[in-house]
Amino acid sequence: MPATIIETNPQAHTPLPRVPVDPITLDLIENGLVAAREQMDALLFRTAMSPIIRDQRDGFPVITSRDGKLLAGQFGSPVHGFTERYDGTIEEGDIFLTSDPYECDGAISHANDWLVCMPVFKNGRLINWSAMFGHMADIGGKVPGSIPTDSEQIFEEGICIPPVKIFSKGVLQEEILRVILHNCRIPEWNRGDFHSIVAACRMAASRCVEMAERFGEAVYVSALHDLLDRNRRAMQKLISETITEEKRYFEDYICDDGMGMGPYKIACSLWREGERIVFDFNDTDPQSVGAINFLLSEQMFRMFCGQFMINFFDPQILLNDGFFDLVDVRIPEGCLLKPLKPAALSSRTHALARIFDVLSGLLGQSNPDYMCAAGFSDSPHLMYSGYDQDGDWFLLFQIGFGGIPGKPGGDGPDGHSLWPKFMNVPNEFIESYFPVRIECYETIPDSGGPGLHRGGNAMNVGYRFLAPGVLSIHDDRWLTYPWGVRGGLPGGRSTKIIERTDGRRELLPSKCDRVRVEVGDKLLFKTWGGGGWGNPLERPAHKVAADVDRGLVTREGAKRYGVVLRDDLSVDEPATTALRVELARQRGPAQLFDFGSSITELKARCKQETGFDPPQPPTFAAWVRARQGKTQVVSHANGRQPVSASTETEYTGEIPLSELRAK
Amino acid sequence: MMSYRLGVDVGGTFTDCLLIDEERGSAVTAKVLSTPADPSVGVLDGITLVCERAGANARDIAHVLHGTTVATNAILTGSGARVGLVTTQGYRQVLQIARSFVPGALSGWVLYNKSEPLAALECTVEVSERISATGEIVDPLDEVQARQALRSLRARQIESLTISLINAYANGTHEQRLRILAAEELPGLPVSLSSEVIPEMQEYERTITTVANSYVRPVVETYVRNIKTELAKTMREPKLHILRSDGGLASAQAAGHYPVNLLMSGPAGGVSGAIWVAGQAGYQNLLTFDMGGTSTDVALVQDGKAQLRRETTVGDVTVRASSVDVRSVGAGGGSIAHVPELTAALRVGPHSAGADPGPACYGQGGHEPTVTDANLVLGYLPAATRLGGEMVLDLAAAEQAVGTVARGMGMSVKQAAAGIIDIVNEKMFSALRLISVQQGIDPRDYALTAFGGAGPLHANALARLLGAWPVIIPRGPGVLCAYGDATTRLRNETSRTLLRPFSQLETADVITVCDELAQAAARALDAENVPRADQTTSFEVDVRYHGQGTLLTLELGRQELRHGGLVGVGERFDRLHEQLYTFALDSGRELVNIRAVVQGTATTVTPYRADPGDGNPARAAMGEQPVFLNNTDRPAVVYDRARLCAQDVIRGPAIVMEMDSTSLILSDHIGRVDAYGNILITPDA
Repeated sequence: MPATIIETNPQAHTPLPRVPVDPITLDLIENGLVAAREQMDALLFRTAMSPIIRDQRDGFPVITSRDGKLLAGQFGSPVHGFTERYDGTIEEGDIFLTSDPYECDGAISHANDWLVCMPVFKNGRLINWSAMFGHMADIGGKVPGSIPTDSEQIFEEGICIPPVKIFSKGVLQEEILRVILHNCRIPEWNRGDFHSIVAACRMAASRCVEMAERFGEAVYVSALHDLLDRNRRAMQKLISETITEEKRYFEDYICDDGMGMGPYKIACSLWREGERIVFDFNDTDPQSVGAINFLLSEQMFRMFCGQFMINFFDPQILLNDGFFDLVDVRIPEGCLLKPLKPAALSSRTHALARIFDVLSGLLGQSNPDYMCAAGFSDSPHLMYSGYDQDGDWFLLFQIGFGGIPGKPGGDGPDGHSLWPKFMNVPNEFIESYFPVRIECYETIPDSGGPGLHRGGNAMNVGYRFLAPGVLSIHDDRWLTYPWGVRGGLPGGRSTKIIERTDGRRELLPSKCDRVRVEVGDKLLFKTWGGGGWGNPLERPAHKVAADVDRGLVTREGAKRYGVVLRDDLSVDEPATTALRVELARQRGPAQLFDFGSSITELKARCKQETGFDPPQPPTFAAWVRARQGKTQVVSHANGRQPVSASTETEYTGEIPLSELRAK
Repeated sequence: MMSYRLGVDVGGTFTDCLLIDEERGSAVTAKVLSTPADPSVGVLDGITLVCERAGANARDIAHVLHGTTVATNAILTGSGARVGLVTTQGYRQVLQIARSFVPGALSGWVLYNKSEPLAALECTVEVSERISATGEIVDPLDEVQARQALRSLRARQIESLTISLINAYANGTHEQRLRILAAEELPGLPVSLSSEVIPEMQEYERTITTVANSYVRPVVETYVRNIKTELAKTMREPKLHILRSDGGLASAQAAGHYPVNLLMSGPAGGVSGAIWVAGQAGYQNLLTFDMGGTSTDVALVQDGKAQLRRETTVGDVTVRASSVDVRSVGAGGGSIAHVPELTAALRVGPHSAGADPGPACYGQGGHEPTVTDANLVLGYLPAATRLGGEMVLDLAAAEQAVGTVARGMGMSVKQAAAGIIDIVNEKMFSALRLISVQQGIDPRDYALTAFGGAGPLHANALARLLGAWPVIIPRGPGVLCAYGDATTRLRNETSRTLLRPFSQLETADVITVCDELAQAAARALDAENVPRADQTTSFEVDVRYHGQGTLLTLELGRQELRHGGLVGVGERFDRLHEQLYTFALDSGRELVNIRAVVQGTATTVTPYRADPGDGNPARAAMGEQPVFLNNTDRPAVVYDRARLCAQDVIRGPAIVMEMDSTSLILSDHIGRVDAYGNILITPDA
């Protein structure tokens, strides 16, 4: 039963007339929406409580039209999925809250994200929606931080809030909030962050109302339509000019599922059919029995894709839903990217990140000029919790950073964030609030993939623990490499090492929970580098020498660029020329992609190189197959037909997938 | 014996001098051409001229007050010193990693190329030592290793040194010891310590701030020394003071040691001047609007005081230093308009034609349409204007440039030009909203003070968007800054990070800390021979809810603290939080930093008075000029500002010209000239 929207204006059901909007007014309204979105961010980050939102800025805003079409924002519009499923009234002053990804078409992708949705009314007429989600540091569940690496159902991942009316006609429904907060380990953070998100949505709402006031409702609403049309026209042109009808294919991997199985394949084909572009994930692996599933919002994927494509042409454009019918996203139900409830989702960060690498690899094949390498797209997590000296429970939640890929415009920065807005938490802040000392915070020499444009270096963060506690770690790319492009070499892989006070060194897997640490133990949290872009043998030798002088590349590492340095770090020209000739001969002509090795070879060398046994081929759950086709498929915005769920994979009980091969 | 104060503002084109008779308060001004190669030449020309006009002897000038952009320019042009940096082991890459932040939207990294750190990585060394977050020494400083590390910098030809260790805000002893070692190993280098420049938490911010200090220090010290030498040739030991970013004055010595506090000296001069001028006109609550060639600076003034911010941004460098909260938006006269083929949207900026090649109408090789070209096409900027007194504007070139946009948009040239103005106004409107509406301030209670080369052209339109009346257009932008320089007060501040929940603090402890900080801050003014009786002390506390990252700053009197205690401070914080963010919380509050601010007394200056007139500005009319407003051409009278008199009433549309700026009064608005020669624009009721 879809929700009932109550508009008190008797004329509300007659749509406002579509009036002509002069181009300048259109640009003014576009700017107004951009500003409103930025202000939502600014307000949230200034007032939020938990470091994950406040500093690492894991919170995202959206403004949509009356009918839920995204006008400004960086994730999919949640409005449609949520109004379809919310069985109640929507009135002026109401504000909604949900944290169930399965109830909003994946607009949020795990239950830690609390999504607040607010209908915006003017004169008793619904004109917009504002919405924002933020990552709550903890929502209860079986592990501190609420993102277990070993959950098999979403119910193990803390409290999951269905769409509820949290403010009714402007009044906070205290009792609902009390129930929710009672299930969280640090309720005061959740409460503070929740109020910040609500304040941001209200602020955007008043910006929308002010614009409608200033320009007139009819002009304002018509302008929103025009903005959608303008996006569509622009993307239509871009698609026809840059995407060929020839089918392109790309695949990449999640190394493992935290349960000893992997790697998992994310595969996508891309082609153009007339004016439409098709992304087909049919060859992607089925959903995991573990937690690495990622409920990929198709709207969000379109957004990613649009942003990726348009960045070079008009970076100031406000990307919106207008072009979404031009992008056909086909994700089979029951696959890793469209898991069926109650599949666990808490380790979804890796697939979310890998989507970007896949997108880059696909679009880059059509336009090598714009192509970027694979890079540090994950947001690996570290959670450290325990009781401090005063007996108070603490939870440190850290997002890691790494090497940005080499790209057409230059080197990838070292130890940076591929995600917009994210920032690291100052170490002095952490040391003031948590029983930990951060003994090193540096990038790892040679971890950036060599290239004409070097990939950024990975991070090495050394945590010395000052109180006993437990760790959880989420990372990936410990087995597969962040690949290089156009002759660039891959970046370095991730490792996690713990040094015990008695001198023992233990390797930790990239996904683990409940690792006990004692006072004095030290964790070295090493992330991964960015892939290189272009032939490293063409990188000016003096630049390589400068990187060595700066400690970003070692003297030995310089040789991968074919650069030989003397003891004083000056370039040995004759030796360099000779080495470059030799390496050019060995490496042969530049390949578009360099994955480091095939999956087979990586697995064969796994134990020797990483210290871990290679992951076992994944097995998949039989119930998924039984359910396919029976679940209610919600049709998506823009009237697009749901994609049929068909997959090549045979399910007969639990079947090991045949050995995977890198293309 | 006569005694004078001299305010000096060095602008891109003109150098303005303002000479104040300290006894009578009377003021005389002079404007001469700037001499960019050696600014002191222009300064001396100005002094000669202003003394001549005042019939004064330069030897009687006791105080010279100066706002300077030399520190700012060093950063903007990358011409600062080669800085060596000493960090704690494990933190050598603190500037390389920064905050890991990549600007832009999703996939913004594709276009992002990070600039080189202000202290090169090869000039950064680590020392073995460790201090805990509470200031305890975990590992003592290894002096043998430290000396070795410092020696390794000898070959790097560094020109100044920063020492910034982890948690040094809580305990600066290792930094102080390293300064002594550095003096032995690297003699003669200026050394800046993070625990002295900015003893506040957050290693990246503290390091970049201290490195920025080292980066501009040699150039500022040289500049200050040169000016002092030049002044000494004609004056008797004048006291030279430099305007700080926060609008206070620093002694020449303090300016040289802590130049990171001067990065906003230029804009602070404008805001200080605007406060003074608007104060004469009877307005204490202002939005200042300073539109230049590449950017526009706006600031909020409440009760005659500029709002301060704990952060200063110049180019892509952001440091922790108090400055007048001037928000910059990349929109100015030189902002380039373009129409991306893909979207056919009209974009203005962020690229700017700058001064070279400049707008198309400058005829210096610029072909892209800029905001200045649009103003010329629309007739807002009369073609007869001589920019800087000499440059002729090329209307045909402007029309041709704007024509490219017009074709892309399918409009007439004038319509396109009007569109460019609307878009750029909107950007500046956002900046003004940021400092008003978004801080819970109603702009309708504020006057808009416009200056800068292009401010007076756009101010009327912006006031209409904001509802901020009147628009105050002071005489000459350069003179305004000189007034700002000359009328501000000596100022010094000291700070300390406490980082304690209110529940663990006693009011008496806070008062003790305040008193200690006040004593320390007062010493700088003592050194300037300001008697304690003439010093006023105020305090600021940075407060947040436990867990928040951002701080809200509350100004505090000692009496208020004594009477209301921390409870009163907490309540004020809740109210401010609610005003700014629409909600308050019942979470614990936390006191993060305390600052003491000590100021000297203000100077009394008698303002300039315009000649009285009869209300009719006809005597100043220079001719007529069509201006394109509301989609039609209308005739506007062009006035010569120099000939306007007090009480003159100008009906819009009208244009008022003066040597370094042009004002536009829109239709249905009137401009009144007040007793001090300001033009006050209001809607014609």
